[in-house]
Amino acid sequence: MLKTRLIACLLWRNGMLVQSMGFSHTNSVGSACTAIDFFNTWAIDEIVLLDVTRNPDDREKFHHDLKELSKRCFVPLAVGGWITSLEEIRVLLTEGADKVVMNTEAIRNESFLQDASRKFGAQCIVVSIDVRCDEKGEHIVYIDRGKERTKWSAVEWARRAQELGAGEIFLTSIDADGNRKGYDLELINLVSHTVSIPVIASGGVGDWKHFREGIESGASAISAANIFHYSEQSTKKAKDFLFDNGFNVRKPEFYNILLPRRPVYRV
Amino acid sequence: MIAIVDYGMGNLQSVANAVEALGVDFEITNEAKKLQDADGIILPGVGAFGDGMKNLCKLKLVDLLREEIIEKKKPYLGICLGLQFLVDKGYEKGEHEGFGWIKGEVKLMEPDDPKIKVPHMGWNNIEIKKDSEIFKGLKEDPVFYFIHSFSFVLDPEEVDIITSTASHGLEIVASLQKGNIFATQFHPEKSQTAGLLVLKNFIDYCDTNSKC
Repeated sequence: MLKTRLIACLLWRNGMLVQSMGFSHTNSVGSACTAIDFFNTWAIDEIVLLDVTRNPDDREKFHHDLKELSKRCFVPLAVGGWITSLEEIRVLLTEGADKVVMNTEAIRNESFLQDASRKFGAQCIVVSIDVRCDEKGEHIVYIDRGKERTKWSAVEWARRAQELGAGEIFLTSIDADGNRKGYDLELINLVSHTVSIPVIASGGVGDWKHFREGIESGASAISAANIFHYSEQSTKKAKDFLFDNGFNVRKPEFYNILLPRRPVYRV
Repeated sequence: MIAIVDYGMGNLQSVANAVEALGVDFEITNEAKKLQDADGIILPGVGAFGDGMKNLCKLKLVDLLREEIIEKKKPYLGICLGLQFLVDKGYEKGEHEGFGWIKGEVKLMEPDDPKIKVPHMGWNNIEIKKDSEIFKGLKEDPVFYFIHSFSFVLDPEEVDIITSTASHGLEIVASLQKGNIFATQFHPEKSQTAGLLVLKNFIDYCDTNSKC
Protein backbone atom coordinates (compact mmCIF):
# COMPACT_ATOMS: atom_id res chain seq x y z
CA MET A 1 0.00 0.00 0.00
CA LEU A 2 1.18 3.51 -0.83
CA LYS A 3 2.98 5.14 2.08
CA THR A 4 2.49 8.63 3.44
CA ARG A 5 5.51 10.70 2.48
CA LEU A 6 7.57 12.80 4.84
CA ILE A 7 9.01 15.74 2.93
CA ALA A 8 11.71 18.22 3.91
CA CYS A 9 11.37 21.69 2.42
CA LEU A 10 14.66 23.52 1.95
CA LEU A 11 14.61 27.27 1.41
CA TRP A 12 17.69 28.28 -0.57
CA ARG A 13 18.81 31.88 -0.47
CA ASN A 14 22.05 32.94 -2.07
CA GLY A 15 23.90 29.72 -1.33
CA MET A 16 22.59 29.10 2.17
CA LEU A 17 19.42 27.65 3.65
CA VAL A 18 17.21 30.03 5.59
CA GLN A 19 14.41 29.74 8.08
CA SER A 20 11.06 31.28 7.26
CA MET A 21 8.39 32.88 9.40
CA GLY A 22 5.21 34.21 7.84
CA PHE A 23 7.20 34.23 4.58
CA SER A 24 9.95 36.52 5.79
CA HIS A 25 13.32 34.91 6.05
CA THR A 26 15.10 35.13 9.32
CA ASN A 27 18.31 33.34 10.15
CA SER A 28 20.51 31.17 8.03
CA VAL A 29 20.49 27.52 9.02
CA GLY A 30 23.46 26.14 7.15
CA SER A 31 24.41 24.63 3.83
CA ALA A 32 22.02 22.82 1.53
CA CYS A 33 24.61 20.16 0.85
CA THR A 34 24.75 19.14 4.52
CA ALA A 35 20.96 19.10 4.74
CA ILE A 36 20.61 16.92 1.63
CA ASP A 37 23.25 14.46 2.88
CA PHE A 38 21.78 14.18 6.35
CA PHE A 39 18.11 14.05 5.39
CA ASN A 40 18.83 11.39 2.76
CA THR A 41 20.50 9.26 5.41
CA TRP A 42 17.78 10.02 7.95
CA ALA A 43 14.94 8.37 6.04
CA ILE A 44 13.37 11.40 4.37
CA ASP A 45 11.05 10.40 1.49
CA GLU A 46 11.34 13.45 -0.73
CA ILE A 47 12.94 16.89 -0.79
CA VAL A 48 11.47 20.17 -2.01
CA LEU A 49 14.11 22.77 -2.77
CA LEU A 50 12.86 26.33 -3.24
CA ASP A 51 14.94 29.23 -4.46
CA VAL A 52 13.61 32.09 -2.32
CA THR A 53 16.30 34.59 -3.32
CA ARG A 54 15.01 38.08 -4.06
CA ASN A 55 17.89 38.97 -6.29
CA PRO A 56 17.61 37.52 -9.83
CA ASP A 57 21.40 37.69 -10.19
CA ASP A 58 21.73 34.80 -7.73
CA ARG A 59 19.92 32.46 -10.10
CA GLU A 60 23.11 31.31 -11.75
CA LYS A 61 24.50 30.23 -8.40
CA PHE A 62 21.29 28.31 -7.73
CA HIS A 63 21.72 26.36 -10.97
CA HIS A 64 25.30 25.60 -10.01
CA ASP A 65 24.28 24.37 -6.54
CA LEU A 66 21.39 22.30 -7.91
CA LYS A 67 23.78 20.33 -10.11
CA GLU A 68 25.94 19.50 -7.08
CA LEU A 69 23.01 18.81 -4.76
CA SER A 70 21.19 16.47 -7.13
CA LYS A 71 24.26 14.24 -7.35
CA ARG A 72 23.81 13.48 -3.64
CA CYS A 73 20.05 13.11 -3.52
CA PHE A 74 18.57 9.64 -4.06
CA VAL A 75 15.05 10.50 -3.11
CA PRO A 76 12.86 12.58 -5.44
CA LEU A 77 13.85 16.21 -5.65
CA ALA A 78 11.24 18.86 -6.49
CA VAL A 79 12.61 22.28 -7.37
CA GLY A 80 10.81 25.61 -7.36
CA GLY A 81 11.14 29.38 -7.38
CA TRP A 82 11.55 31.74 -10.35
CA ILE A 83 9.99 29.33 -12.85
CA THR A 84 8.37 31.25 -15.69
CA SER A 85 9.19 29.33 -18.86
CA LEU A 86 9.20 25.84 -20.34
CA GLU A 87 12.87 26.27 -21.11
CA GLU A 88 13.59 26.95 -17.43
CA ILE A 89 11.83 23.69 -16.52
CA ARG A 90 13.81 21.77 -19.12
CA VAL A 91 17.06 23.16 -17.73
CA LEU A 92 16.13 22.29 -14.13
CA LEU A 93 15.36 18.72 -15.19
CA THR A 94 18.73 18.41 -16.90
CA GLU A 95 20.34 19.63 -13.68
CA GLY A 96 18.80 16.81 -11.67
CA ALA A 97 15.34 17.98 -10.62
CA ASP A 98 12.69 15.27 -10.79
CA LYS A 99 9.73 17.60 -10.50
CA VAL A 100 9.22 21.35 -10.61
CA VAL A 101 7.18 23.51 -8.27
CA MET A 102 5.36 26.50 -9.76
CA ASN A 103 3.31 29.14 -8.04
CA THR A 104 2.93 32.76 -9.18
CA GLU A 105 3.34 32.16 -12.91
CA ALA A 106 0.78 29.33 -12.89
CA ILE A 107 -1.90 31.77 -11.72
CA ARG A 108 -0.84 34.68 -13.89
CA ASN A 109 -0.59 32.52 -16.97
CA GLU A 110 -2.83 29.47 -16.95
CA SER A 111 -1.68 28.32 -20.37
CA PHE A 112 1.88 28.08 -19.03
CA LEU A 113 0.75 25.52 -16.46
CA GLN A 114 -1.20 23.67 -19.12
CA ASP A 115 1.70 23.61 -21.58
CA ALA A 116 4.15 22.51 -18.88
CA SER A 117 1.91 19.61 -17.93
CA ARG A 118 1.48 18.57 -21.57
CA LYS A 119 5.17 18.76 -22.29
CA PHE A 120 6.64 17.21 -19.14
CA GLY A 121 3.69 15.19 -17.85
CA ALA A 122 1.40 16.00 -14.92
CA GLN A 123 3.55 13.94 -12.55
CA CYS A 124 6.36 16.46 -13.05
CA ILE A 125 4.31 19.53 -12.16
CA VAL A 126 3.70 20.50 -8.56
CA VAL A 127 1.54 23.56 -8.05
CA SER A 128 2.39 25.42 -4.87
CA ILE A 129 -0.50 27.31 -3.31
CA ASP A 130 0.14 29.92 -0.60
CA VAL A 131 -2.88 30.76 1.48
CA ARG A 132 -3.80 33.40 4.03
CA CYS A 133 -7.07 33.64 5.94
CA ASP A 134 -8.93 36.91 5.47
CA GLU A 135 -11.01 38.72 8.09
CA LYS A 136 -14.03 36.52 7.26
CA GLY A 137 -12.01 33.35 7.70
CA GLU A 138 -11.95 32.65 3.94
CA HIS A 139 -8.85 30.92 2.61
CA ILE A 140 -7.46 33.29 -0.02
CA VAL A 141 -4.61 32.47 -2.40
CA TYR A 142 -1.63 34.84 -2.44
CA ILE A 143 1.14 34.96 -5.02
CA ASP A 144 4.53 36.62 -5.42
CA ARG A 145 5.85 35.33 -2.09
CA GLY A 146 2.66 36.16 -0.23
CA LYS A 147 2.63 39.80 -1.34
CA GLU A 148 -0.18 39.87 -3.87
CA ARG A 149 -3.74 38.88 -3.05
CA THR A 150 -5.60 37.04 -5.81
CA LYS A 151 -9.28 36.56 -6.55
CA TRP A 152 -8.97 32.83 -5.91
CA SER A 153 -10.08 30.86 -2.89
CA ALA A 154 -7.78 27.95 -2.05
CA VAL A 155 -10.39 25.36 -2.98
CA GLU A 156 -11.28 26.96 -6.32
CA TRP A 157 -7.69 27.44 -7.41
CA ALA A 158 -6.73 23.91 -6.37
CA ARG A 159 -9.59 22.53 -8.46
CA ARG A 160 -8.63 24.71 -11.42
CA ALA A 161 -4.93 23.80 -11.11
CA GLN A 162 -5.85 20.13 -11.27
CA GLU A 163 -7.95 20.76 -14.41
CA LEU A 164 -5.02 22.56 -16.01
CA GLY A 165 -2.71 19.61 -15.40
CA ALA A 166 -1.13 19.87 -11.95
CA GLY A 167 0.03 16.47 -10.70
CA GLU A 168 0.27 17.47 -7.06
CA ILE A 169 -0.50 20.42 -4.77
CA PHE A 170 2.01 21.86 -2.28
CA LEU A 171 -0.28 23.67 0.15
CA THR A 172 1.21 26.25 2.49
CA SER A 173 -0.54 28.38 5.07
CA ILE A 174 1.29 31.71 5.26
CA ASP A 175 -0.34 32.40 8.63
CA ALA A 176 1.00 29.14 10.06
CA ASP A 177 4.42 29.39 8.40
CA GLY A 178 7.06 29.40 11.13
CA ASN A 179 4.63 29.70 14.05
CA ARG A 180 5.25 26.15 15.30
CA LYS A 181 1.58 25.74 16.21
CA GLY A 182 0.73 23.15 13.59
CA TYR A 183 -0.81 23.08 10.13
CA ASP A 184 -3.97 24.92 9.14
CA LEU A 185 -6.00 21.71 9.34
CA GLU A 186 -9.20 23.17 7.96
CA LEU A 187 -7.33 24.26 4.84
CA ILE A 188 -5.77 20.81 4.36
CA ASN A 189 -9.11 19.15 4.90
CA LEU A 190 -10.90 21.39 2.38
CA VAL A 191 -8.33 21.13 -0.39
CA SER A 192 -7.45 17.45 -0.11
CA HIS A 193 -11.11 16.50 -0.24
CA THR A 194 -11.66 18.71 -3.30
CA VAL A 195 -8.95 17.42 -5.62
CA SER A 196 -8.13 13.88 -6.65
CA ILE A 197 -4.38 14.55 -6.92
CA PRO A 198 -2.05 14.29 -3.89
CA VAL A 199 -1.84 17.24 -1.48
CA ILE A 200 1.32 18.03 0.50
CA ALA A 201 0.67 19.87 3.78
CA SER A 202 3.10 22.66 4.63
CA GLY A 203 3.59 25.39 7.20
CA GLY A 204 3.58 25.46 10.97
CA VAL A 205 5.06 22.20 12.23
CA GLY A 206 6.55 22.61 15.69
CA ASP A 207 6.02 19.13 17.05
CA TRP A 208 5.95 15.67 15.47
CA LYS A 209 2.32 15.29 16.51
CA HIS A 210 1.44 18.01 13.97
CA PHE A 211 2.35 15.51 11.24
CA ARG A 212 -0.23 13.15 12.63
CA GLU A 213 -2.89 15.88 12.47
CA GLY A 214 -1.93 16.69 8.88
CA ILE A 215 -2.30 13.07 7.80
CA GLU A 216 -5.59 12.69 9.63
CA SER A 217 -6.90 15.80 7.84
CA GLY A 218 -6.37 14.15 4.47
CA ALA A 219 -2.86 15.13 3.31
CA SER A 220 -1.08 12.57 1.11
CA ALA A 221 2.26 13.90 2.28
CA ILE A 222 3.40 16.06 5.16
CA SER A 223 6.25 18.53 4.98
CA ALA A 224 8.21 20.78 7.28
CA ALA A 225 11.20 23.06 7.01
CA ASN A 226 12.48 24.91 10.08
CA ILE A 227 12.02 22.12 12.61
CA PHE A 228 14.28 19.71 10.73
CA HIS A 229 17.31 21.98 10.94
CA TYR A 230 17.74 22.09 14.68
CA SER A 231 18.13 18.58 15.93
CA GLU A 232 20.29 15.56 15.34
CA GLN A 233 18.57 12.85 13.23
CA SER A 234 15.52 15.11 12.93
CA THR A 235 13.80 13.55 9.94
CA LYS A 236 14.47 10.03 11.23
CA LYS A 237 12.97 10.93 14.60
CA ALA A 238 9.89 12.31 12.88
CA LYS A 239 9.66 9.02 10.98
CA ASP A 240 10.14 7.02 14.20
CA PHE A 241 7.21 8.90 15.71
CA LEU A 242 4.93 8.19 12.75
CA PHE A 243 6.02 4.55 12.45
CA ASP A 244 5.59 3.88 16.17
CA ASN A 245 2.12 5.41 16.05
CA GLY A 246 1.05 2.96 13.39
CA PHE A 247 1.14 5.22 10.31
CA ASN A 248 1.95 3.63 6.99
CA VAL A 249 5.36 5.21 6.35
CA ARG A 250 8.62 3.94 4.97
CA LYS A 251 10.76 2.39 7.69
CA PRO A 252 12.78 4.80 9.81
CA GLU A 253 16.17 3.27 9.08
CA PHE A 254 19.47 4.88 8.22
CA TYR A 255 19.88 4.86 4.46
CA ASN A 256 23.61 5.18 3.99
CA ILE A 257 24.96 5.66 0.52
CA LEU A 258 28.69 5.96 0.10
CA LEU A 259 29.52 9.10 -1.81
CA PRO A 260 32.70 10.98 -2.53
CA ARG A 261 33.61 13.83 -0.20
CA ARG A 262 31.21 16.66 -0.70
CA PRO A 263 32.36 19.63 -2.70
CA VAL A 264 33.97 22.52 -0.92
CA TYR A 265 31.77 25.59 -0.81
CA ARG A 266 32.98 28.84 -2.25
CA VAL A 267 33.21 31.44 0.48
CA MET B 1 29.96 1.28 -20.81
CA ILE B 2 26.29 1.74 -19.99
CA ALA B 3 24.28 3.94 -22.35
CA ILE B 4 21.49 6.07 -20.93
CA VAL B 5 19.23 6.96 -23.83
CA ASP B 6 18.67 10.68 -24.25
CA TYR B 7 15.40 11.31 -26.07
CA GLY B 8 14.52 14.62 -24.49
CA MET B 9 12.19 13.26 -21.82
CA GLY B 10 12.21 13.34 -18.08
CA ASN B 11 14.77 12.99 -15.35
CA LEU B 12 17.79 11.71 -17.29
CA GLN B 13 20.18 13.45 -14.95
CA SER B 14 18.82 11.62 -11.92
CA VAL B 15 19.50 8.29 -13.59
CA ALA B 16 22.97 9.48 -14.57
CA ASN B 17 23.62 10.65 -10.97
CA ALA B 18 22.68 7.23 -9.62
CA VAL B 19 24.85 5.36 -12.12
CA GLU B 20 27.69 7.78 -11.38
CA ALA B 21 27.34 7.16 -7.63
CA LEU B 22 27.86 3.46 -8.36
CA GLY B 23 31.15 4.36 -10.02
CA VAL B 24 30.15 2.97 -13.39
CA ASP B 25 31.30 4.16 -16.79
CA PHE B 26 28.28 5.60 -18.61
CA GLU B 27 27.19 7.96 -21.37
CA ILE B 28 24.01 9.91 -21.87
CA THR B 29 23.53 9.57 -25.58
CA ASN B 30 21.31 9.12 -28.61
CA GLU B 31 24.09 8.30 -31.06
CA ALA B 32 23.76 5.00 -32.88
CA LYS B 33 27.45 4.12 -32.57
CA LYS B 34 27.50 4.59 -28.79
CA LEU B 35 24.33 2.58 -28.29
CA GLN B 36 25.85 -0.20 -30.43
CA ASP B 37 29.06 -0.17 -28.38
CA ALA B 38 27.34 -0.15 -24.99
CA ASP B 39 27.29 -3.23 -22.75
CA GLY B 40 23.78 -2.35 -21.64
CA ILE B 41 21.09 0.22 -22.37
CA ILE B 42 18.97 2.09 -19.84
CA LEU B 43 15.87 3.82 -21.17
CA PRO B 44 14.56 6.12 -18.42
CA GLY B 45 11.75 8.57 -18.69
CA VAL B 46 8.83 10.27 -17.15
CA GLY B 47 6.34 12.08 -19.31
CA ALA B 48 3.73 11.31 -21.90
CA PHE B 49 3.77 8.04 -23.86
CA GLY B 50 2.96 9.61 -27.24
CA ASP B 51 5.58 12.37 -27.03
CA GLY B 52 8.19 9.87 -25.91
CA MET B 53 7.55 7.54 -28.84
CA LYS B 54 7.50 10.50 -31.21
CA ASN B 55 10.93 11.60 -29.98
CA LEU B 56 12.35 8.08 -30.26
CA CYS B 57 11.03 7.82 -33.82
CA LYS B 58 12.43 11.22 -34.77
CA LEU B 59 15.87 10.17 -33.51
CA LYS B 60 15.51 6.91 -35.49
CA LEU B 61 16.05 4.91 -32.32
CA VAL B 62 13.13 2.47 -32.44
CA ASP B 63 14.64 0.16 -35.07
CA LEU B 64 18.11 0.53 -33.62
CA LEU B 65 16.88 -0.51 -30.16
CA ARG B 66 15.07 -3.49 -31.65
CA GLU B 67 18.21 -4.59 -33.41
CA GLU B 68 20.39 -4.25 -30.30
CA ILE B 69 17.97 -5.63 -27.76
CA ILE B 70 15.79 -8.16 -29.57
CA GLU B 71 18.26 -9.44 -32.15
CA LYS B 72 21.62 -9.01 -30.42
CA LYS B 73 20.15 -9.62 -26.96
CA LYS B 74 21.84 -6.65 -25.34
CA PRO B 75 20.71 -6.12 -21.72
CA TYR B 76 17.97 -3.48 -21.44
CA LEU B 77 16.58 -1.73 -18.40
CA GLY B 78 13.44 0.31 -18.98
CA ILE B 79 12.36 2.64 -16.21
CA CYS B 80 8.78 3.94 -16.01
CA LEU B 81 8.14 5.06 -19.63
CA GLY B 82 10.95 2.68 -20.60
CA LEU B 83 8.72 -0.11 -19.26
CA GLN B 84 5.55 1.22 -20.83
CA PHE B 85 7.04 1.52 -24.34
CA LEU B 86 7.52 -2.27 -24.46
CA VAL B 87 3.85 -2.94 -25.25
CA ASP B 88 1.92 -2.70 -28.51
CA LYS B 89 -0.28 0.25 -27.63
CA GLY B 90 -0.46 3.13 -25.17
CA TYR B 91 -3.63 5.10 -24.47
CA GLU B 92 -2.17 8.26 -22.90
CA LYS B 93 -3.72 11.28 -24.70
CA GLY B 94 -4.85 9.30 -27.75
CA GLU B 95 -3.76 5.94 -29.09
CA HIS B 96 -0.05 5.42 -29.74
CA GLU B 97 2.08 2.55 -30.99
CA GLY B 98 4.70 1.18 -28.62
CA PHE B 99 7.72 -1.04 -29.38
CA GLY B 100 5.45 -4.09 -29.47
CA TRP B 101 8.08 -6.41 -27.93
CA ILE B 102 5.63 -7.55 -25.29
CA LYS B 103 1.92 -8.14 -25.82
CA GLY B 104 -0.11 -5.73 -23.77
CA GLU B 105 -1.38 -2.19 -23.37
CA VAL B 106 -0.81 0.89 -21.24
CA LYS B 107 -3.98 2.33 -19.76
CA LEU B 108 -5.01 5.03 -17.28
CA MET B 109 -5.20 3.74 -13.72
CA GLU B 110 -8.79 3.86 -12.58
CA PRO B 111 -9.07 2.56 -9.02
CA ASP B 112 -12.65 1.83 -7.91
CA ASP B 113 -12.12 3.57 -4.59
CA PRO B 114 -12.42 7.36 -5.16
CA LYS B 115 -10.17 7.98 -2.15
CA ILE B 116 -7.22 6.47 -3.98
CA LYS B 117 -5.29 9.32 -5.60
CA VAL B 118 -3.92 9.22 -9.14
CA PRO B 119 -1.03 9.81 -10.02
CA HIS B 120 0.25 6.88 -7.99
CA MET B 121 2.94 8.98 -6.38
CA GLY B 122 5.23 7.95 -3.55
CA TRP B 123 6.85 4.97 -1.90
CA ASN B 124 5.14 1.62 -2.13
CA ASN B 125 5.95 -1.99 -1.28
CA ILE B 126 6.47 -4.43 -4.08
CA GLU B 127 5.46 -8.03 -3.91
CA ILE B 128 8.05 -10.21 -5.57
CA LYS B 129 6.36 -12.81 -7.75
CA LYS B 130 9.36 -14.35 -9.38
CA ASP B 131 13.08 -14.19 -8.84
CA SER B 132 15.01 -11.88 -11.13
CA GLU B 133 18.71 -10.95 -11.36
CA ILE B 134 17.91 -7.36 -10.46
CA PHE B 135 16.46 -8.36 -7.07
CA LYS B 136 19.66 -10.00 -5.79
CA GLY B 137 20.43 -9.04 -2.18
CA LEU B 138 17.27 -6.98 -1.59
CA LYS B 139 16.02 -6.88 1.99
CA GLU B 140 12.67 -8.33 2.87
CA ASP B 141 9.60 -6.28 1.92
CA PRO B 142 11.42 -3.71 -0.24
CA VAL B 143 9.93 -0.28 -0.89
CA PHE B 144 10.39 1.77 -4.06
CA TYR B 145 9.38 5.18 -5.40
CA PHE B 146 6.57 5.25 -7.98
CA ILE B 147 5.26 8.18 -9.98
CA HIS B 148 2.81 7.42 -12.77
CA SER B 149 -0.84 7.67 -13.79
CA PHE B 150 -0.85 4.95 -16.42
CA SER B 151 -0.25 1.30 -15.84
CA PHE B 152 0.90 -1.70 -17.74
CA VAL B 153 -1.69 -4.34 -18.63
CA LEU B 154 -0.26 -7.55 -20.03
CA ASP B 155 -1.83 -10.01 -22.38
CA PRO B 156 -2.72 -13.18 -20.38
CA GLU B 157 -0.16 -15.24 -22.29
CA GLU B 158 2.64 -12.92 -21.11
CA VAL B 159 1.84 -12.77 -17.38
CA ASP B 160 4.64 -15.13 -16.42
CA ILE B 161 7.21 -12.40 -17.19
CA ILE B 162 5.96 -10.30 -14.26
CA THR B 163 8.59 -10.33 -11.51
CA SER B 164 6.83 -8.06 -9.01
CA THR B 165 3.60 -6.18 -8.48
CA ALA B 166 2.43 -3.28 -6.33
CA SER B 167 -0.97 -2.41 -5.01
CA HIS B 168 -2.65 1.00 -5.34
CA GLY B 169 -6.39 0.41 -5.43
CA LEU B 170 -5.63 -2.15 -8.11
CA GLU B 171 -2.73 -4.48 -8.68
CA ILE B 172 -0.14 -3.01 -11.03
CA VAL B 173 2.95 -4.45 -12.69
CA ALA B 174 5.97 -3.15 -10.75
CA SER B 175 8.65 -4.97 -12.72
CA LEU B 176 9.18 -7.61 -15.35
CA GLN B 177 11.89 -9.61 -17.00
CA LYS B 178 11.84 -11.31 -20.37
CA GLY B 179 15.29 -12.73 -21.02
CA ASN B 180 17.65 -9.76 -21.43
CA ILE B 181 14.80 -7.24 -21.08
CA PHE B 182 14.32 -5.84 -17.58
CA ALA B 183 11.86 -3.11 -16.76
CA THR B 184 10.52 -1.36 -13.69
CA GLN B 185 7.51 0.86 -13.20
CA PHE B 186 9.20 2.27 -10.08
CA HIS B 187 12.24 4.55 -10.14
CA PRO B 188 15.35 2.76 -8.87
CA GLU B 189 17.38 5.98 -9.31
CA LYS B 190 15.17 7.65 -6.69
CA SER B 191 14.65 4.72 -4.32
CA GLN B 192 17.74 5.13 -2.17
CA THR B 193 19.65 2.01 -1.12
CA ALA B 194 17.14 -0.49 -2.51
CA GLY B 195 17.04 1.36 -5.83
CA LEU B 196 20.79 1.66 -6.21
CA LEU B 197 21.05 -2.08 -5.54
CA VAL B 198 18.63 -2.80 -8.39
CA LEU B 199 20.72 -0.62 -10.72
CA LYS B 200 23.93 -2.24 -9.56
CA ASN B 201 22.45 -5.69 -10.15
CA PHE B 202 21.49 -4.69 -13.68
CA ILE B 203 24.98 -3.33 -14.35
CA ASP B 204 26.55 -6.52 -12.97
CA TYR B 205 24.29 -8.49 -15.30
CA CYS B 206 25.53 -6.36 -18.23
CA ASP B 207 29.15 -7.04 -17.22
CA THR B 208 28.66 -10.79 -17.01
CA ASN B 209 26.77 -10.73 -20.28
CA SER B 210 29.50 -8.81 -22.14
CA LYS B 211 32.18 -11.27 -20.95
CA CYS B 212 30.28 -14.32 -22.21
